[in-house]
Amino acid sequence: MTKIVSKALSMGDDVDTDMILPARYLMIMDESELASHAFEDMKPEFRKKFETNKIIVAGRNFGCGSSREHAPIALRKAGIKAIIAESYARIFYRNAVNQGMIVLEAENVSSLVRDGDDIEVDLDTFKVVNITKGVALPVREVPKFMAEILKAGGLVNYLRDHKDEW
Amino acid sequence: MGQTISEKILARASGKKTVSPGEVVKANVDILMVNDVTAPPAFEAFEQMGFEKVWDVDRVVVGLDHVVPACDIKSATMNKATRDFVRKQGIKHFYDVGRGGICHQIMQEKGLVWPGMVLVGADSHTCTSGALGAFCVGVGQSDAAAVLGTGRLWFRVPGTFRFEVEGALRSPVMSKDLILHIIGQVGADGAVYKALEFAGPAFERMSIGERMTVANMSIEASAKTGIVEPDRKVSDYLETRFNIQAPLVKSDKDAYFEKKWTLDASKIEPKVAAPFRVDNVKSVSEVEGTEVDQAFVGSCTNGRIEDLRMTAKIVDGRKVHERVRLIVAPASMEVYSQALGEGLLGKLTEAGAIICGPSCAACPGMSNGILAPGEVCISSSNRNFLSRMGHKDSKVYLASPATVAASALNGKITDPRVFA
Repeated sequence: MTKIVSKALSMGDDVDTDMILPARYLMIMDESELASHAFEDMKPEFRKKFETNKIIVAGRNFGCGSSREHAPIALRKAGIKAIIAESYARIFYRNAVNQGMIVLEAENVSSLVRDGDDIEVDLDTFKVVNITKGVALPVREVPKFMAEILKAGGLVNYLRDHKDEW
Repeated sequence: MGQTISEKILARASGKKTVSPGEVVKANVDILMVNDVTAPPAFEAFEQMGFEKVWDVDRVVVGLDHVVPACDIKSATMNKATRDFVRKQGIKHFYDVGRGGICHQIMQEKGLVWPGMVLVGADSHTCTSGALGAFCVGVGQSDAAAVLGTGRLWFRVPGTFRFEVEGALRSPVMSKDLILHIIGQVGADGAVYKALEFAGPAFERMSIGERMTVANMSIEASAKTGIVEPDRKVSDYLETRFNIQAPLVKSDKDAYFEKKWTLDASKIEPKVAAPFRVDNVKSVSEVEGTEVDQAFVGSCTNGRIEDLRMTAKIVDGRKVHERVRLIVAPASMEVYSQALGEGLLGKLTEAGAIICGPSCAACPGMSNGILAPGEVCISSSNRNFLSRMGHKDSKVYLASPATVAASALNGKITDPRVFA
């Protein structure tokens, strides 16, 4: 069973894609360069925190705004391993899954997790535990075909091998 | 149980009789659109997926709009990669610098979208084309690549919110004021995963361009799509201009709507969305007098001929305030030519405005009107997020072209009715 354990990085509601990655960097194709600008305007201190807090815990409507897939790419490349939010903007959600980024929905998660809590995500079942508080988080089940895209590491890998099933 | 417009379109596209909200379907996509920001990564992902030929060269639209003409070597290199791919693949609908304009505008102007279609676009404002009665959704580069290779994509069928709008907007109140009012009511996350449906006498009175402004901003309530119930105006437009006959897909009388709103357009007042949220909607009177440095009329929300006519009418014979730059960017070459023919560009430049080439211009903060620390812009565009149009210490107020024009003249946020 593969698991990720890392500290939570707390964020609020309505984190938009301009906060995650400002549009002035959209003409960049290099993933590491994108990652170096993640949250640059809103929370420049996050860049340092990404080294230890690799699981984002957020409120409602995470990733609202633009369709830029650069946003989940920048987060993935910056070291973020999973995002657990109360809800997502749908384009961001699709883009994150397509980038192999684990995105989970959990009701009230912002009140169940404090910044810095140790979080464990099971990569086979997508169940999540707040180790610090010793409680399981009420994560919604990941639809089967999305789990397959995640396990393939994203849509590019998935489609390379599964064109007939698309 | 009857079906909504979205349900009918997704059922047809996935070969089913009916579909229900929440159900996941695999649907055939009628047309795919990508722009200068999303095309190169989508083309790269397409190749990495192991595809060789795009699924249908006649169903792919490529429009350069975010930063055109190229403003630096990075954007020039990306545009070149796009052109190379387009030529190699033989993609038919390619709109290069000077031939098209904002991708959502060319979908309508070139007759590429009509009622009942499934349009997938690698741009969040793809919902704009819902003004023609199509199911239009924004995606990212990976989904766009999957469609390029297969012509298919999965969708979760959305539930529908219906807005019935009675009465008529009282000029210079514009359809922008109506949609800002609606977003203020619904909230920035009020419509996550939902389809918005707009109908009623107020919409029947609107031009297709005015309807596009409303459909365009559906995404700002986090909706999946926004569709204006199509009518004779849409079918006449498509038939006279492109000889396209498409049946109008409308909701059944007994369709299920998760929520229903009834509004009276005649009661809508000029609105703004104050920084830094699109649902931070106020009446202009609440922020009147806020000083502005820049005023922008343009974008996929409000860069059409109706918007330029209103702006020119308000500034005609007057001067833009000495402290303010008024930037006007027509949404397309067609809008540009029409505005030139109608004498609007002359009126605007006489007043002190600068006219940019058709593009997204100042809206995404990538060129043509980037804000410095501390600056304030009143803008006819669609987002006022932190650092959207430039420095993180700048501010954007969203408003109608009429309010932008009036504010440009006074140097501070102004109710356009004082000039009308």
